[in-house]
Parts: sequence; structure tokens; C-alpha cells
Amino acid sequence: MSIEVRDLRLRFGDVDALDGLSFSLAGGKIYGLLGRNGSGKTSLLSVLAAFRRPTSGEVLINGAEPFENAGVVSQICLIRESGDVYDNERVASVLRAGRQLRRDWDSDYAEKLLERFQLSTKKRVQSLSRGQKSALGIVVGLASRAPLTMFDESYLGMDAPSRYAFYEELLADYTAHPRTFVISTHLIEEVASLFEEVIIIDRGRLVLHEESDALRGRGVTVTGPADVVDTFVASLTVLGQQTLGRTKAATIYGELNDTQVRAAKLAGLELGPVALQDLFVHLTRAEAEGIVR
Amino acid sequence: MFDDRSPIYQQIAEKIKKDILYGDLTADEQVMSTNQYASFYRINPATAAKAFQQLTDDGYLYKRRGIGMFVSPDAQERLRAGRREKFFSDVVRPMVAEARAVGIDLQEIIHHLKEQA
Repeated sequence: MSIEVRDLRLRFGDVDALDGLSFSLAGGKIYGLLGRNGSGKTSLLSVLAAFRRPTSGEVLINGAEPFENAGVVSQICLIRESGDVYDNERVASVLRAGRQLRRDWDSDYAEKLLERFQLSTKKRVQSLSRGQKSALGIVVGLASRAPLTMFDESYLGMDAPSRYAFYEELLADYTAHPRTFVISTHLIEEVASLFEEVIIIDRGRLVLHEESDALRGRGVTVTGPADVVDTFVASLTVLGQQTLGRTKAATIYGELNDTQVRAAKLAGLELGPVALQDLFVHLTRAEAEGIVR
Repeated sequence: MFDDRSPIYQQIAEKIKKDILYGDLTADEQVMSTNQYASFYRINPATAAKAFQQLTDDGYLYKRRGIGMFVSPDAQERLRAGRREKFFSDVVRPMVAEARAVGIDLQEIIHHLKEQA
């Protein structure tokens, strides 16, 4: 399902959780929604899932506004933190609700997932650990087979083997039943390879919308004598810099062409890669605002 | 498995080229499908597809509709020719530079190479 967000604002009291956000997603892909805590990820997902009405601006899912639109909402599934399940229900009744409410629900697949995550249908939700509750949310989200499925930090409390089981199931089921996934996270290193595109937001605004794989190699550190580094990076997009004695390390955004790489080597500068997590930290730091378009 | 230095699709393409060069993948052998590759390495299928697309565009792999992708008969020879061209600039020159830096003279290297051969 395509997603069109235009100048979206969501105001709580005197705080703009979303502050003029615009982007457009073609759909049919696995999208990563990245941002720091409080950047507006959950607000955005709540608007996309029609849990909230925007203060102003527009959201179109396959061309239609989702808010109070049953036809659209029945095709959307949002799983929030810790699974979005009620404490006093049994696991079996969570699944029954899924079957009754979700148009594209697959009961066999739900059973298979429960087994994979070692969840018993007889247990009450309140007796599950935090990680098991998250896993139950994952089961509901995947088995819903909703054309637009969104997970908001849904892996919280899950141990590494369960998270990896989630990633494997996500890829396998996406391959077998292509649909649109939006997955919010701040654990970038672990999940970046699952995403086809990423959207990075900060303080309710868009920082970047890019092919996930293209972000690798997109940051470069330039290290050397401070004055030489300064001259070299003068015309480049500098995300951050650190000085140690007379040595300076600048992090720049963008790929260097062959001429620039040669010039750097001739000037005695050292070039190095930037880890995705570091790039993300740089891109979402207060000072970085408006640097990248 | 993958690092942050370059896009994953390029790293996959390089790995497959290396397998062809060293004979781990042979002429007309079928390679893993995009989906098998994606699930094995836990990566987005579109990323894996991009690597295979590049390899078929460059002629190292060829497609058989509905069956899969195979190693081109001339892939190994082409890769070897390309790597031979770069051998002196990419392998020998840095080695000589390193030898100079640490004070090993050229005769010593030649002696060593002859012994190995």
C-alpha cells in the first residue's frame, strides 16, 4: 500500500510531535522508520494507523485518508511496544480476536509462529514475560497479513534468538506474501539489512529518506592535521568533528569521488568508513539539523 | 558477514566473483536464488536481487527463465584477466612500499619468492 504524508502536524498541548512532515512511499517494501526517542516515530505510526487524527496536513494510504475510514483501517495492522495485547486475556483469545477482526488473518501461520516463539495458547497474557508479550505481538502482526503492517519497537524485551527468529519470519513471509511493512527501531545495526528503504525523522521532521543499502559507505571520516582537514572538508557536508591535540577527525556525509580520494591521500589524510549507527547518531544530533536534504 | 564500508549488494557481488575466481563456483553451475540468499544472510530480497542484477549485467552470470541463475562459461577467465592486470598495481606495489618502509631489501624478497616457487 502506498503512503503519502504531506505537511503533517500532530500537536499535543503546545508541543508539535510531528512538525510539518512530508514523504511518500511507493509501498510493497520493508521500510525502516528510524529516530531517537521522542523523535515522533510513534506519533507518525499512530496517525498512519488511524489511531489519531492529524492536527493539520494530510495522510493518504493508497490514496485515501485512513481516519474513521473502515475500508482502509481493516487493511492496516499496527503493533505497538510490548505487543499491544490485553493482560487478562488468554493467548488463545488474542488469536481468536485476530481471526475475527483481521480480513487477511492466517490461523495456520499463527499456530506455526506460536510454536516458533514457544508460546502456549492456554497461558494468560499477564503471566507472560515482557519478551513473550512482544513475541505474541509479533505473531499477531505477521499472521494478520495486513497489506500495511507496522511494528513500533515491537521487539522490546525479546532476547537475541527471538529477535532473529522475528527477522527470519519477517523476510520469509514478506517473500511469500509481498506487502508493505513499516518497522520503527533505534537498533539500526541489527536490522538495517532487512530494510529496502529507511526514513529517518528527528523532532517531528524528515531528516532523510534513502535506500537502506545506499547508506553504507555514505559517511566518511577524514583524519589528519587540523588545518589540512579543515581545508579538505571546507566544501563538504560536515556532520561532526573531534579534535585531539593537533589531530582532527571530521565526519562527512556523502561519497567522495576518485579525485577527492586521491587529493586526500596526497595531503596525507586518512579516510575511514562510518558505521551505520554512528551515521545515524550524527544525522539526528541537534547541530545536524537541515544539513542533509 | 557484511561491513559498513560499502553497500551490501556490492559485497555480495564481490563474494560471488571471488567464488568464481577461486573455482568454488564453476562454469554453468547454478547459484543460490535471490530469496535463498536473502533468507540465509537475513537481508532484504531487493538488496540480494541488486547484486545478482549487477552480475548478470556484467555477464558473469546468466539467467534461465523459470529455472535460475548460472555461472557464465567465460566468467572465470574474464575475472582472472581483470585481476592479472591489477596484480602489480594492487598487490606488488603496496608490498614493495611496505618492504621499503620496514627495511627489507629487494634481493631478499626475490630470494624469498624463488624459494616459494
